[in-house]
Order: sequence, then C-alpha cells, then structure tokens
Amino acid sequence: MGVAVGEKTWVGRAIERLEDEPLLRGEGRFMDDLDPVPNARHAAILRSPLAHARIVRLDASRALGHPGVVGVLTGADVVAMSRPFPVGVEDTRPYYAAAHETARYAGEPVAVAVARDRYAAEDALELIDVEYEPLEPVLDAEHGEVVSDRSFSYGDPGGAVAAADLVVSGRFPFPRWSGVPLECYGVVADWNGATGVLTAWANFQGPFTLHSVAAAALRLPGARFRLITPPDSGGSFGIKAAVYVYVVLMGLASRKLGVPVRWTEDRLEHLAASSASTARITDVEAAFAADGELLALRYDVFEDVGAYARAPEPATLYRMHGSLSGAYRVRNVAARNRVVLTNRCPTALNRGFGGPQLYFAIERAMDLAAGRLGLDPADLRRRNLIGADEFPYRTPSGGLYDSGDYEACLDEALELSRYRERRAEQASARADGRLYGVGVACVVEPSISNMGYITLAQTPDERAAGLPKSGNAEGATVAISPLGGITVRVATTPQGQGHRTVCAQIVADALGVSPADVEVVTEVDTSTSAWTVASGNYSSRFSGVGAGAVYLAAQKVAAKMQAIRDHLGDDSLSLRRVAGIAHWNPDALPPGVEPGLHETAFYAAPNLAPPDDDDRVASSAAHGFICDVAVVEVEQDTGRVRVLDYTTVHDAGRLLNPALVDGQVRGGFAHGAGAALFERIVYDDEGNLLTSSFMDYLCPTAPDLPPLRIGHRETPSPFTPLGAKGLGEGNTMSVPVAIANAVADALGVEEIDLPLTPGRVWELLQR
Amino acid sequence: MIELVVNGRSYREQAEPRLLLSDFLRHTLGLTGTHVGCEHGVCGACTVRVDGVAVRSCLLLAVQTDGCTIETVEGLAVDGELNALQRAFRQCHALQCGFCTPGILMAASQLLEGPPPSRAEIADMLSGHLCRCTGYEPIVEAIARVAGT
Amino acid sequence: MKPAAFEYERPSSVDEAVAALGRDGAKVLAGGQSLVPALNMRVIRPERLVDINRVFDLDNVAETDGALAVGALVRQADPRLRRHPLLAQALPHVGHYVTRNRGTACGSLAHADAAAELPLCLLLCGGSVVAASARGRREIAASELFVGPYTTTLEPDELVVESRWPLDGWTFAFEELAQRHGDYALCIAAAARRGDERRIAVGAVTPAPALLDVDSERPGESAAEQVEPWGNLHASSAYQRQLVHVLVDRAVARLA
Repeated sequence: MGVAVGEKTWVGRAIERLEDEPLLRGEGRFMDDLDPVPNARHAAILRSPLAHARIVRLDASRALGHPGVVGVLTGADVVAMSRPFPVGVEDTRPYYAAAHETARYAGEPVAVAVARDRYAAEDALELIDVEYEPLEPVLDAEHGEVVSDRSFSYGDPGGAVAAADLVVSGRFPFPRWSGVPLECYGVVADWNGATGVLTAWANFQGPFTLHSVAAAALRLPGARFRLITPPDSGGSFGIKAAVYVYVVLMGLASRKLGVPVRWTEDRLEHLAASSASTARITDVEAAFAADGELLALRYDVFEDVGAYARAPEPATLYRMHGSLSGAYRVRNVAARNRVVLTNRCPTALNRGFGGPQLYFAIERAMDLAAGRLGLDPADLRRRNLIGADEFPYRTPSGGLYDSGDYEACLDEALELSRYRERRAEQASARADGRLYGVGVACVVEPSISNMGYITLAQTPDERAAGLPKSGNAEGATVAISPLGGITVRVATTPQGQGHRTVCAQIVADALGVSPADVEVVTEVDTSTSAWTVASGNYSSRFSGVGAGAVYLAAQKVAAKMQAIRDHLGDDSLSLRRVAGIAHWNPDALPPGVEPGLHETAFYAAPNLAPPDDDDRVASSAAHGFICDVAVVEVEQDTGRVRVLDYTTVHDAGRLLNPALVDGQVRGGFAHGAGAALFERIVYDDEGNLLTSSFMDYLCPTAPDLPPLRIGHRETPSPFTPLGAKGLGEGNTMSVPVAIANAVADALGVEEIDLPLTPGRVWELLQR
Repeated sequence: MIELVVNGRSYREQAEPRLLLSDFLRHTLGLTGTHVGCEHGVCGACTVRVDGVAVRSCLLLAVQTDGCTIETVEGLAVDGELNALQRAFRQCHALQCGFCTPGILMAASQLLEGPPPSRAEIADMLSGHLCRCTGYEPIVEAIARVAGT
Repeated sequence: MKPAAFEYERPSSVDEAVAALGRDGAKVLAGGQSLVPALNMRVIRPERLVDINRVFDLDNVAETDGALAVGALVRQADPRLRRHPLLAQALPHVGHYVTRNRGTACGSLAHADAAAELPLCLLLCGGSVVAASARGRREIAASELFVGPYTTTLEPDELVVESRWPLDGWTFAFEELAQRHGDYALCIAAAARRGDERRIAVGAVTPAPALLDVDSERPGESAAEQVEPWGNLHASSAYQRQLVHVLVDRAVARLA
C-alpha cells in the first residue's frame, strides 16, 4: 500500500519548504498580525495573585470610569453567561473561563478589562479592586484531591513479581515543564448579537474535540461557534491546545460588551496561566529473571493536572496506555492511575504527551536492573526488545505496534555512538577519578491517537452507559480551478512542521506536477473546512492521517481526470485542458460525473477501536522507534554536566521529506535536552510561580545544546496510506531519560531526577 | 510626533512616550515582520537595527528613535529577491515556525558585516535568541555558510 | 506587558539632565536593557523618564591617571572597553551580543544587580563613579557604592556621568559559572595582582559584590568560609559556597 518512493517521486525528497519565503520576508500572518474584523478593542486580564483564595469582593467601578475603557467582564459574568467546561473526569469543582468565588491557581483569570488599546487595558486592571481571602493551597501531588483512581491489570503481574529473581522498585518523578512556544496565545472574538454566532480567530492547534467543549461552555450549538485559525502559528508543541479557554473568555467579553475583542497573551501570562505538561510521580516495580528477562511492570502513578482536570485531561496519562510495556515483550503489566488536583495552572498537551514521564520510569528501571544483574544496559534491552518477526505486535494493554526492527535500531545506535569504545573510555576515565557515564534509552513513539483512549478514565460499565469514542480521522480537499490552479485544504493546523510542503509533494506526485504548482491552505475555518473531531496537530498525526487524507483526495482527483480522458479517448489532454473541460463544458463529461474538480476525502486510521471491556485499547495507530545513546562527563567540583556525545537513531517508517524529519528530530532533541538539563516550572510553598519570566524559566540556547548525531531506519507502516509514521515527539520521550541514565551511570547513583542543573547534580554528589 | 526612516521609507507619526518601538513598528506602521515574544529582552524575536545597530525593539521607546534610521526584516530582500542570508536559511532548513527568524536575521546581518564569524562566535551571538523549533544547528549552519566559515 | 504612563524628557546636556532629575519621581533611561523590562512588567512606575541617550559628550573613553575613564553612554559592546584587561574577560559574559549594543557600562553599575559582572569588576580594580547632580559632582569609590541588590549610595537625583577603572600594573583573572551562556551568574569570582598586592572579589552570592581577604595557602576555602551566600531558585547557599571555593581557586591559579 502506498506510493512507491524513488527518484521520480517528490515524496521522499528533501525539497526546500514552500513556507519559507514569506516567513523570511517577514510576511508571515501570525495571530497578532491579523486584523480580521474592524473596531476590535483590546483586552487585558486581571489574574489571581494567590494560588488558592476566596474572592470576597470585586469592584470594577473605578476601571469603568477610566478614559478609553469599554467595559469589564467579571467572573460572576462568566458564570452567568456560560456553562462549566465538560471535563474528562467527574469533578467536584466546575471549571469556567474565569474564577468567580474561588481562585485555584496563581494566574487564574478573575476579570477582563477591554479598552481602546492594550496599554489602556492594563491601566484599567489596576483600577479593579479585588479582595481575596487566602486559603491553604495544596501543592503536594500525593495529598492532592484525587479525581480519578483506576487500576488496570494485564496478564499476571502479581505472580510474575512473586516468581522473579530480582525486583527493582523505585520512584521516578518527572517535573512539570512546557514546550514554551515563542509566540503566545492570541484571540480575536466577535460576537454577533443579531445572529447569535460567535466568530473567533485563535492560534488553536486542535484537537477539535475542544471545539465542542468550548461550544458547550458558550451554550452554542457547534454550527454557531465559528473558529478560524491563522495561516501561521509561532510554534505550539501542544501548548496551544488550551487556548480554547481564552476563546470562550474573550467570546463572553465580546458578547457582554458588544464589541469585537482582541487579546494577545504576554509572556508572563503564558508562563503562569496557559498550559503545561503534567508533573508525574511514578512508583515502579520491575520484575526480572536472573538472565535479564523482564517479567512484569507495575506502575503506581500520581498525575498532577493542576487546579482543574480540564479537557482533554487525563489524556496525558492515557495517551500512552497501549505502550505501558514500552519496547519490550513483557506480558504482565499493572497500573494504578490517580489523577490529582493541585493549586497550579491546569495542564494539557505538551510535546511527548505522557511519553517523557512513562519512559523516564521504564528506562530508569531498566538501568537499575542492569546494574544489579551485572548486565550491560544495552544488552539488557536487547534481551527484551520485541522481535522484528513479531509485528504487528499486540501489547498486553491493547496497543497494536504496526512495524519495526528494534534490534537493528539498537545495533545502529551502538555502532554510530561507538558504544564499546565509549565504555572503554569510561573505564580509563574512572581510573583517573573522572565521572564519565553512558546512557541508553529505547522508546516506542506512538502517533495518531485513538480518540477513544480518553474513555479509559471511565470504568467499562461507565463506558457502556455512554457513547463510545474511537478512531482518528482527517479530511482534506483537493481542487483544480478553471484555469488549472491546484488548491489543497487540510485541517492539520501546522505550527512550523512544513505540512504545506509535504502536502504539495504528495499532490504533485498524484497529479504529475511540481510542488511549486500546488497551493496549500492549512487555516481551518470550522464553518467551511472539512474537519473532524480529531483534526488538528497533535500526537504527530500529520504524516499518517493528514498526509493520508491529502493522498486520498488527490487520488480521487487524479482518477476523475483519468476518467475524463478515457471518456474523451485522449490520454494526452493536459491537466489544464481537463480542468477547463470539467468547469466549462460539463456536457462533455462522462455520465453521472459531477462538474468541476473538487474532491474531499476523509481518512480514518485503522485499528482504532474503543477500549474493550478488559480496558485494552489500541491507543495509537502507528508506532515509531527511537534508540538513543548519551555520553556525559560530570565536573565533580561544580556538578556541571557536559554532554560529550549524543546519538539518536530513528525509525519513523517512510520519510516524506527527510529534511523536515531531521528538523523535527532536532527540535524534539532540544526540548528533551531542555527538560533534562534546564527547564522546570517551579512554585514556592505558597503556590507562587517562581519561574515567572524567561530570566528564570531557562530555555536552552545555541551554545547550551550538545551536537547531535542522527541515524535513520525505515520500516514502513502497513496501516497508513503512505507508510509514514508520525514523528516529532519521540526525542522528548528519549532524551531526558537517556541523559539521566548517563549521569546516573557517571555518578554511580540510583536515584536521580530532573532537571540535572549544576546545583542539583552537585547536591546529589554530596549525598 | 516623531520622524524616522524605516527600510528606506520616511515616516512621521504620533507616539506617546510609553509606546514601545516593537508596538510602533507592528501596529502604527503595520510592519508585522518584527515579532514580540517576551517584552523583557530575552527571546530576541523583536530585534531590529537602529542606525545599523541590532537592538531589542521591545526595550526601546518609539520616541527614542526620532531621527533614526531603522531596518527590519521587511527590508532585507534586495530588489524583491531574498538576500544571501535568507536563501541560506531556506537551504539549511533553519526555520520551522518562523517566529524567531526575523530577529535572528537582523542580528546575524550585523554580525556578518564584521570579520567572518567562527561557528563558536555565531553560537555566541545566537545565545541571545530563543528558538524552540530547530535546535539551532541549522541556523548556525546557514549563517556560517554566508560567512564562509 | 506595557509600561504605566510617564512623562518623557530628552535633555542634550548634563546640566539639563540633572535639572530634570531634580524633580520628583524621575529615573534615568540610558541603555534601557534593565530599566525597560522593569517598566514593562510595571514593577517600577516612575513619573518621568530622563533619556540621556542624546546628552552631549558622554561617550568618551580615555586613559588617565592609570585608569580607564568611561563615559555614561559607552555601550558594553564598545571595543574601547576591551583595553581594560579585566573588562576584556568579563564583557563576553555580560548579557548577549544584542543587549551589549545598547546596555551601558555605567548603567550596569547604577543598576547594581547583585549577579551582574560589572559592579564586581569595578570593586575589584578599586574603581569609582563620578555622579553629577544639581549640587555638583562627586566621586564615589566602588567600595562605597554597592550596598545591596539594586541598591547603591547614589541619590535619586544623581546621574552617573563617568566610571573609572584603574588598570596600570594590574593583572586580572575573571571566572564565572552560569547555567546558560550569558545568564546572570550563579557565582562570580575575580582575582587581581599587582606586584605583591592581591585582591579577590566574589559576586552573585551575596546582596552586593564583596572584596575578601583570603589565606594565600588556601584561597578558595578561606573565601568560602567568609561568605554567607543567600541562595536562590537556581543555587542553594551550600552550592554557592562551593562555587566560591572553586572559582576563587581557579582565578587565583590563573594569576600565579
């Protein structure tokens, strides 16, 4: 299945991007560049300074009297005008776009001031008087309010643990962090009182399940909530999924005040109150036979989702459910998943989405076991990797791994990194008293999420009482205009991944043109685009279903054009000629064929059924594999970690554009290295955000990142039309634990947690 | 009222004292190529050249640039064609979302007017710019390609 | 993050500038790399800004009396500053390429961030600033200038017009550890030697940079014993103490 890739096709070639020219000229159209509706006024948000407080009194009268101020929307207004957001778990507290009686995290919106410009709106905020009564914040995830507690068991984990020669147990925490895109949230909301339609522009990334969530909160049927995304988005990495909350907030402001409202988030707001990855505490028990066979994995997880379990949480926890056994053939797996609330910013999607947290636990446990069993960590993994002849492989928790050759990837990573020589260097470095370490990580990277996985938060009985959820589908349209111009529309809301280029490559192959001849529109307009609840850019779904839908739509157009040529008995008719006939002379078309050339296709990834009654689910449609080797040296007197060498070998199936693939690998590596060495969202004991600006939330810069060696293997997916698997998140899953494994190896410690800043590593050395 | 030249064109506009240069360029002059990422001078996205010198436009007041000559990303193309640095960025896949790119292009433009910078010097200049997409290596490559180093 | 409103003045002479500063609620705007972020975040709300960027004759650098005299508008990127061997080592650590284009050496001194490099350098080389006001000019030695984080002995109506950095006969070694290149330091240590004279200064670990008397047999250890590091988000006080030990030893070793 799929397009044959070779020299004559565009797909598979590292062509330069179509996106680049306007961006390089400064002619991108990002959210704050657009003026989609006249007379928009500007909003600024008053936010709770306290992590947990009763809002005793709010008086906006001084603000209302200030010149240039249009009005103020309060939390009371929000509660009166909207419904709580539907959430993924039954919740004791309703979640609104602003706090009304109780603020639950520092930075939570409390009111919105709208004025002639942002400067005046911020002046107005200072004139809103709010009286707070501080309440005790809950910041310890193990003592937070548990809103979901589900346990899962596959095979016989208890029996396997009892029969094991070695049981490794440990606690593997993963900190809260964020992809922190360079462009913040942006919204323009325009409520039309006459039609009852809210039109909103926002740099939203999907999934478009959240469109329904927002519409429900706004008390609007979906068709009356028109959401439009701009042509360009300045990065998201999952973080812009949560902008829907602010779309609702600004929609209500527009409704109350009778003017269009524009809000551009600033960096301090972004770091405090946009979104973040969950912090997770994982206690793992890993049972091994003496020869290194992994017999069982048991997880006990506290998942800190912040102040509200807002949609789509607890997705971070369940996205990886099909991969609880990682890259290994272990059949006995158990997990207890507790979702807890703390008084911090609510979480949502972030690059890796559950993978960094999961693999930190699995791959650390593997290293601990290797140490105790006296086995080389790479050999221990080799012993347990799923074999190349076992695919498609069904995991104990229901995951279906499509294809792969994990051992070959491992071999290549060991060879490219010169692993044996590194171990020899390590021995001589140790003899010199130097702290030199090597770390390995093996990661199965899922892509194309099954929208049904979120229902694992419910019991089978609860699921049976509701509507099943499943699948991941995307729509695309390919049209040829009367003059032969080719336009593609797809709802994958890219934020720099080069979707337009890849779509053009695919359509160019199907229609026999060059990519420069293909116009690709990636803006979504929920009133006019072909979209699904799954649409958007997340779980690395583009290469699979996004590209798949484009491919199918292009095939439909190509087939129709060929049918026209066949009917007219002239194979030499050019594309332009055929288009002309289809538009101008429908009388010449074959019987039953509609005029024009405009085809839409929806592609649904296969094998994505709802969870079954045994809580098994194929949580993703395609699975890539990554093997990383990290080499580090730790400076004893300062704790500074130097990454001497880093190798990553990727198998993402068929590569649609190798240059873009390497770009995604490098970007994922930078995010992963950030989590490993620099980045953590920190709150103090009272719930105040300490990493509140770029002075304290430390994103790595060019001199901070080690050089990266990238290897590729391709085992195509049998489940996607082009054989491509998603990629882009994998290195956020592998890099943090590979570096942690290397540093732990260097220091000779078992307990290690992130980020490995010099100060924290030095403290570790003192213990 | 301030008067200044931006990308070779003269402007005369009102600006209240607290109006940041970044907002003036974007919203008063409509030159939205210069981006705002942090408003505290760390991310570098807002970098432009004032009288030839690369500076953070979020840390300048528009009124301070009265009588100055400013260059922004929109002025880099030569006779409507991408210049060598812009072409190198495209060749090296040195941009993904493109949000950080204008600021880096302007700082790199100044750097490249001096003696050809080594890769270490390029990385040093880049330490004042955040990019969350590319991992920086392709950007270093693109600038080094133009520098011939 | 937009500033609160203020009045704006742009004097063209020092006399005009100090007259403007003499009125209540005025703050000097020089490079702006520290001031404008604070304005944008509204952590400061001065009534008026006195922009000295067009004041005549403040951008000189000259060697006089064994010291480098640096005018208030000399930018951190100015190559003339590198004539001073300590500044040549320290300046690459000060901010970044673009911020050095605008930030001034004197501005960094007046701002007195405890983790900044230039206040420590001024202290180490025994330098001073010249402050102008409506009352005239006075010279303030570095040892009298920095008293706490963002706190100097400058009066609110004083403008630093010049800084003086002794250099004749001295050799210097500057050491810094920061998490990322160009960050504010987790610890700074610098050593100076002229003949038999030795000086050590540490910064970023205490409210103001400090000159230390160290035991020449164990300089780093004795330095670490003398400081009471205040600890912060990125470095515990124990770790800062360790860094003082390590960086002082490194600086002293380079001078030997």
